[in-house]
Amino acid sequence: MTAALARYSRTVRLSIKSLLLHPMRSALTVLGILIGVTSVVWLLAIGEGISQASQQQIAALGANNIIVRTIKPTSDDFDGSGYGVTRADYVTLNSTLPTIDAAVPIREVKAELRRGRRSYEGRLVGSTPEYERVARLKIAEGRFLTDIDGERQRNHCVLSAQVAEKLWPIGSPLGDFVQVDHEFYKVVGIVEPRAASAGIGGSMAAEDYSKDVYIPIRTMWQRLGDQIIQVQPGQFRRDLIEMTQVTLRVGQPDEVIRTADVVRNTLDRTHTLEDYAVTVPMELLEQANTTRLMFMVLLGIIAAISLVVGGIGIMNIMLATVTERTREIGIRRALGAKRRDIVGQFLTESVVLSIVGGALGVAGGLLCRPGALWIRDLLERSIPEQMAALPDIVRNIEPQLVPWSIPLALGISAVVGVVFGVYPAVRAARLDPIEALRHN
Amino acid sequence: MPASASNEMPAADLPPRTEKLAASIRQLCKEYRLSSGSVVALRDVSFDVPEGDFVSIMGPSGSGKSTLLNLLGCLDRPTSGGYFLGTDDVARMSDDQLADVRANRLGFVFQSFNLLPALSVLENIELPLHYSGQLSRTSRQRCERLAQRVGLGDRMDHRPMQLSGGQQQRVAIARSLVNDPRFLLADEPTGNLDTSTTAEILDLLTELNNEGRTILLVTHEPEVADLTRRTVVLRDGGLIYDGPPTGARAALQATAVRATASEVHR
Repeated sequence: MTAALARYSRTVRLSIKSLLLHPMRSALTVLGILIGVTSVVWLLAIGEGISQASQQQIAALGANNIIVRTIKPTSDDFDGSGYGVTRADYVTLNSTLPTIDAAVPIREVKAELRRGRRSYEGRLVGSTPEYERVARLKIAEGRFLTDIDGERQRNHCVLSAQVAEKLWPIGSPLGDFVQVDHEFYKVVGIVEPRAASAGIGGSMAAEDYSKDVYIPIRTMWQRLGDQIIQVQPGQFRRDLIEMTQVTLRVGQPDEVIRTADVVRNTLDRTHTLEDYAVTVPMELLEQANTTRLMFMVLLGIIAAISLVVGGIGIMNIMLATVTERTREIGIRRALGAKRRDIVGQFLTESVVLSIVGGALGVAGGLLCRPGALWIRDLLERSIPEQMAALPDIVRNIEPQLVPWSIPLALGISAVVGVVFGVYPAVRAARLDPIEALRHN
Repeated sequence: MPASASNEMPAADLPPRTEKLAASIRQLCKEYRLSSGSVVALRDVSFDVPEGDFVSIMGPSGSGKSTLLNLLGCLDRPTSGGYFLGTDDVARMSDDQLADVRANRLGFVFQSFNLLPALSVLENIELPLHYSGQLSRTSRQRCERLAQRVGLGDRMDHRPMQLSGGQQQRVAIARSLVNDPRFLLADEPTGNLDTSTTAEILDLLTELNNEGRTILLVTHEPEVADLTRRTVVLRDGGLIYDGPPTGARAALQATAVRATASEVHR
C-alpha cells in the first residue's frame, strides 16, 4: 500500500517536473480549465442567487395564502357597471371552505391624505384585524385595527411608517388625525416599513406598501361606498368595486392547491365576466422550482461546454507532448517501462493539469460574490441608464455560492483530465519502442 | 525444466547442460510485413551465449544486426524460433513480461546514449529502478556508487548536455548496471566516440565482463571486436561466422568481396 502510494507520488512529482519544463504552455492549458471551473461555480451561484431572491418574494406573499384579486374585465360584455370580488363572494368563501383559517377582505383606494397643510398622495386600505397576521405586519407603535373598530365602523387608522414620517416629520402621530376628503381618522398605530413586493406574473402586479393607511373595511364601505371616481385631465374613470382582494389563508400547507381549485370553481359559478384572478404563491413556488431546475441545467450545459473546450486544450497539449517526447517514451520502454507505466505517466500529467486548473478555478469561484458585486457597482457607475432599465431581480443580484458546486467542479475537472488525457496517453503507450527509440 | 520449448519447435533444442548459458538463440527468424511484401530480416539464426561470455556481433549494414539486438533486448518478438534467457523462453512472453525482463534482467547501452535530457546524471542512472520496483531508501546510495564507479562522482547533478560524449556513455553504462543485470547489450556503444574515449568505454566493458557479466555488443569496428572473446558475423539475415574475433575479418572481407562482385555482375 505504502509502496504503491510512494510510487504514485513519484509519478506525480515526475509529471509536475515535466510540465514545468514548458511553464507557459502548461499555464495556458491550466487557464482553459480554470475558466471552465470558475464559470461552473459562478453560473451556479448566480442562478441560485436569482432563484432564491424570487422564491423569497413569492414566499413573502405567504406560502399558505390564496389571493383572489379583482381585475378590470377586458371582455366586450362588460357594461361598465360593478365588477370584481363581491361581499357575497367573500361570505361564500369564508363560510364554505373548511380548510381555511382566515379570510381577509381588502379594498384599496387611492386617496389624498392630509394633516393641516401637509398632504400626501397615499392609499387607503380597508381590511379586517386578520390583515396584520396574513400580511405579516409588524407594529412599530400603538396597535393594529381591532374587531371593535370594524363593528363600530370607527374612524380609526394605522399608518405605514413612510406616511407617518411624511405627515408627522416631528412628533408622534398616535392620537392625532389624518384627513381624507371630509372624514378624519384617528391614528391608533404605525407599522414598520414593509418591502415592496415584486410583480410575480398573472394578476400580482408589483406593490408598494409604503403609502398605505389601514382602516376598517366596514368603515370604508360606510364612508366611501363602492364607487370610485377618478378625474384626470382628459379622462374620467368610474369604477364600482366592492373589494380589491380577498386573501385566504389555508391551515395545512398540503391543502393549499386543492383549496385553490375549489376557490376557482366557486367563483366561476357566480362570475360571468373574467373580473377576478386567483394567485397561489405555492403554485408559483413550485413553478419557480421547476424554472430553477431548468435554469441550472442550462447553466450546467454552458459550463460543461467551456469545460469541454478546456479539455480539448489539454488533449491538444498532451498530443504535442507525446510527439515531442517520443524518444523519451522509447527510452523508458527500453529500460523496462510497461505500457501502463507510460499511460500512467501521461495520464497523470493531464490530470495534474486539470486538477490544478480545477483548484484555481474553485478559488476563482469563491471570489464570485465579491466579484459579481464589484462588476455590478462598476456597471452602475459607468452605464447607469442601461442598468436602470434592467429588472430589479438582475440589478440587485446577489450570487449565492452553492456548496456542492465546489466538489462538483473539482470532480468534473478531474474527469475532464482523465477523459481528454486517455487518448494521448494510450497513443504514447502504443508506440513501438524500437520506432520510438529511432525517433528524430 | 521449461515445458514451453518442447512441443512446437522440435528443432529448438533446449540449451545443452554442459555449461550455464546466459542466452540461447534457436533458429530465430524475423520477418517484417510491409505493404509491398515481406522482408526477411533474420533467418534461422542459432547460437549460444554462455554465462560470462563477451560476444561481438558484426556484419555489413542491413545484415540484421539491429534486428537481432532488438530481439535479444526483448524490444521485439521473433516471427519464429526460440530465445532463451537462462531457461525462460522470451520469444513467447507477453508485452508486460518482456518489459519485466528488460527492467530486471537486461542492461542496455545505446550508440546515441539515450539519456533523458531533463534529468540529472543521478536521476538518469536511477531511471530503470522506477520500472523494476526496486526503488528504496538505499537505491540513491547505490546510484551514487555507480556514478563514482564510472568516474562521474563529481558530476552527479549535471545534466547530460553538460557532459562530453564519453561521459554520457559512462552514465548510460552506470544506468545499465543499476538493476545489477547479468546480461548487458550494447548497440555500437563506441560508434559516436573518438578513439581515446572508445578505449575508455571498452576498458569499462571489459572490466564488467571480468566481473562475470555477460556482454553482447554490436559493432562495425574490427578493433572493438578484437577486444571481445568471440564474434558472430551476420550477412543478409543469416549467421555466417561464429568464432574467435580473429577469424571474423576474413568472413567480413568475403562478404565485402561478394558484395562488390554482385555489384560488378550487375
